[in-house]
Amino acid sequence: MDYVIEFIPQIARGLNITISVLIASALFAYIMAFFSGLCRLSNNVIVRKFTGFYVEIFRGTSLIVQLFWLYYAIPMLFGIQLGSNWWVGVFAIGLNYGAYLSEVVRTSILSVAQGQYEAATALNMSRFQRMRIVIFPQAVRMMLPEFGNYTIQILKGTSLVSLIAMSDILYYGDILRGSYQQQTPIIYGIVLVLYFILALPLIWLTKKGEKIAKKGVAS
Amino acid sequence: MSEPIVQFKNVHKSFGDVEVLKGIDLDISPSEKVAIIGPSGSGKTTIIRMLMTLEKITSGDIIVDGQNLWKMEKNGSMVEANQKHLRSIRGDIGMVFQHFNLFPHMTILENCMTAPIHVKKEEKTEVRKRSIQMLERVGLGDKLDNYPNQLSGGQKQRVAMARALVMRPKVMLFDEVTSALDPELVGEVLEVIRDIAKNDDMAMILVTHEMDFALDIADKVVFLDEGVIAESGSASQVIEHSQNERLQSFLSRFRN
Repeated sequence: MDYVIEFIPQIARGLNITISVLIASALFAYIMAFFSGLCRLSNNVIVRKFTGFYVEIFRGTSLIVQLFWLYYAIPMLFGIQLGSNWWVGVFAIGLNYGAYLSEVVRTSILSVAQGQYEAATALNMSRFQRMRIVIFPQAVRMMLPEFGNYTIQILKGTSLVSLIAMSDILYYGDILRGSYQQQTPIIYGIVLVLYFILALPLIWLTKKGEKIAKKGVAS
Repeated sequence: MSEPIVQFKNVHKSFGDVEVLKGIDLDISPSEKVAIIGPSGSGKTTIIRMLMTLEKITSGDIIVDGQNLWKMEKNGSMVEANQKHLRSIRGDIGMVFQHFNLFPHMTILENCMTAPIHVKKEEKTEVRKRSIQMLERVGLGDKLDNYPNQLSGGQKQRVAMARALVMRPKVMLFDEVTSALDPELVGEVLEVIRDIAKNDDMAMILVTHEMDFALDIADKVVFLDEGVIAESGSASQVIEHSQNERLQSFLSRFRN
């Protein structure tokens, strides 16, 4: 028990990195998701193919390898630094989950009933108005639960930044284990509980999102 | 006779290899009420969907208020219409759908108000007043803040009509608007259409299976069969004096 009280503040020092990376990479992922999700529905073939390429590359390879590419390989190959390791972590996680979420955006927009497009056209809306006033608000409601789920995934994904020397909660846990081998279960137990506590509000938001989604769409 | 508000001139329509409309010629004058009847698969709905720009035409011309809907002039020759051209014309046309197609994320008042405000850029308080009047007219003045999923099918369809009417179209299209309703809800919707037909001077085109109703309110009945207009005239002409066997056998199915 003494160990628990001793370890918690030590591991909690990593919270600011875990939380800041979570928030920044989630926001970045959302932006990528809407941007590339809409691009994949574009009438322009080149735009469509290009974003399709991005999505498949980032969905098809592992996040940890992408992280190492951005952190180690690209700076060596091209002689450019992509920013601090905090930024590299945010980029990698944001690009990876942005690719997954763009599929959520795309499929949600496509699943709005054809009749909605037709009614909007019959009311003489322009393509942009039709999207903004009729299609998008309905699609967003359908996206909410999936966005909640993926945000929880992003939280868990942030633990990978400990591998590029970022001092998040897992990193401090690993450090502690170096000095207290015997207490390994307690240390990782605390790490586990901290992640779970961070996930609780996200789980709550996801449930809320599911409710909103149910209410707004069915006609 | 005034100039027709809508003219179909030798309009053809194919879906892939299947030609569903084989040369439609039809004039509709302003305020004329036209019922299009015929067996299912005869292309009735396609006719009004092309007029609403939901379906491209394969060949021919559709003229709305003197302007060619699907073609526009560019550098002295006629080319396929772009979105801007379609938008400039289809504002005169409104449509009510079989499956209502109300916007589920808006209240019924918002359903009515959104297009006049965003599309026609009309003043909000005026649109609000007009929308409420229209919803009262279709008997839903007490449901303004309800969402579509809180309404019955008949109520939804009445909202859809109010939504189309608030746009003040010159031509209203009704695409089998009672087909998706429970039988006991059909009457209330037909009542509203009858009211519109009697009191509004816009042209109306109804695609319907409610034969008695159609014959009752229509100035002109068009019998569509196998992609062509097989018979056209006033209700009494078409019903009582037609020699067309297929029409007679079609009509006999509605008599018992």
